[in-house]
Amino acid sequence: MEKRVLFKSPWLPWLLVAPQMAIVLVFFFWPAGQALYQSVLQEDAFGTSREFVGWENFQRLFDDASYLASFKTTALFSALVAVSSMSLALLLAVMANRVVRLSGFYKTLLIWPYAVAPVVAGVLWLMLFASPYGVIAYALQSLGLPWNHLLDADHAMALIVMAAAWKQVSYNFLFFLAGLQSIPQSLIEAAALDGASPWRRFWTIVFPLLAPTTFFLLVMNVIYAFFDTFGTVDAATHGGPGKETSILVYKVYYDGFKALDMGGSAAQSVVLMLIVIALTVVQFRFVERKIEY
Amino acid sequence: MIERRPILDFFAHAILLAGVAVIAFPVYLAFIASTQSAEQIASSHPLSLLPGNHLLDTYQLALFGGKTYGGATIAAGWPMMWVSLVMALAITIGKIAISLLSAFAIVYFRFPFKRAVFWMIFITLMLPVEVRIGPTYEVIANLGLLNSYAGLTVPLIASATATFLFRQFFLSVPDELVEAARIDGAGPMRFFFDVLLPLSKTSIAALFVIQFIYGWNQYLWPLMVTTSEDMYPIVLGIKRAIFGEVYIEWNVVMATAILAMLPPALVVILMQKWFVKGLVDTEK
Repeated sequence: MEKRVLFKSPWLPWLLVAPQMAIVLVFFFWPAGQALYQSVLQEDAFGTSREFVGWENFQRLFDDASYLASFKTTALFSALVAVSSMSLALLLAVMANRVVRLSGFYKTLLIWPYAVAPVVAGVLWLMLFASPYGVIAYALQSLGLPWNHLLDADHAMALIVMAAAWKQVSYNFLFFLAGLQSIPQSLIEAAALDGASPWRRFWTIVFPLLAPTTFFLLVMNVIYAFFDTFGTVDAATHGGPGKETSILVYKVYYDGFKALDMGGSAAQSVVLMLIVIALTVVQFRFVERKIEY
Repeated sequence: MIERRPILDFFAHAILLAGVAVIAFPVYLAFIASTQSAEQIASSHPLSLLPGNHLLDTYQLALFGGKTYGGATIAAGWPMMWVSLVMALAITIGKIAISLLSAFAIVYFRFPFKRAVFWMIFITLMLPVEVRIGPTYEVIANLGLLNSYAGLTVPLIASATATFLFRQFFLSVPDELVEAARIDGAGPMRFFFDVLLPLSKTSIAALFVIQFIYGWNQYLWPLMVTTSEDMYPIVLGIKRAIFGEVYIEWNVVMATAILAMLPPALVVILMQKWFVKGLVDTEK
């Protein structure tokens, strides 16, 4: 799409885009190029010598069992976060869409966790499960289910999933509610006249019509779980026990800044960039289709 | 309402109330913890569900720092909140300003390499700071910007999201307005400031809310570029309170967590309309 009427000036448009271009060049293209460049170099920890090693960093990465394990951890983590926070949000959105009274009140009280920083979410949930004062850990203990996320990998994973999903419910809730409100009321009324129960109406009409929203949210939740949960993991489990909850973003940081393996960390950055690009392409194809509707 | 089913309505309210309770529970407990003394928390198995009577002591410690009964030194929280505020505002205002300008150039001018410029901005959408932390850190270090507001904010300012939002909006502005402005003899900048900017008010407000939250909640980036404690934002202060100490003063940690989430939560609640608009617009 283009404007019919345009201004003409040989220099003004350049001046206008200059600030953004400067930042983009210095803080996006330079570092991204640097990451690509470093990913084919081997550097010692003091940065005194570097040599060209080609694909070796990537080879090393994919031969490394801990990297593959981190991939698996991230996949499991993002699947659990997406499914749990989306299903809870959908349930709440359907209910909020039904009630007339107090709906503004519920909406306000359900959306504020969006404002909570991921690291704060991690700390809050850590407190609920920290022994011996953690209220939920105590409740589980008295039910005969001892809790120890410091030793048990499944417990640690459950902890970060709960913290990350808790924060994401508000986002999913808003989009599901908007999606529900855009479904034509006449469709639902027609089904009701035909005698379909609310349960049946939901699964045969509402849920299929929500598919674009659901798919969009699925992509957004995966992006969230992949890239925005560093703080949650860092606060709640530190990637432990061992490396059991060390998701990809945590590992890039750890390997680059704690273990000082710059080449390996750069190779990991490149892999992450490819993942983001793939996810973005998926998302944009979907957005383009949505516009045609 | 399609049919009257009082039982279903009751059920819906019950589920919503349960949802609200589950969502609020962790924060409620954080508040409870922040009203007790560290000793009370340490000796409780589990934490009591009713507020204690140390609310003022704890928040005083969290805000102004000092020594605890256990002998730990707590760093003052309010300077960190100040850093967070400056950082969030700089990111927000910087983003909005540069995006308005570049979107204006892209929509209202024809110039060579316009497509290239457009794509260079577009592609940054795909590179969140998390995936290029190492090299970006080196760039900042080479420029000597560690422990400075510039280092903390400028790399987060370039935002394709905001540029696209404004581009989208400008494209929807009727061409007649430009024609009218030109007939009246207004130049491009005059048109930008007197016509376009006032029209963009709602988009700017919506974006402001979203970007403020984004800026306030930054964690990984400040963790890397700040080493001096007077440049820590409040979100990092929580980490310091947990991991620096042998003995965690949970009451102070929770008070700090509440201080850290209060400003953005208030922004969401008080500016709910803009928040919802911003969220929906930026993801479109």
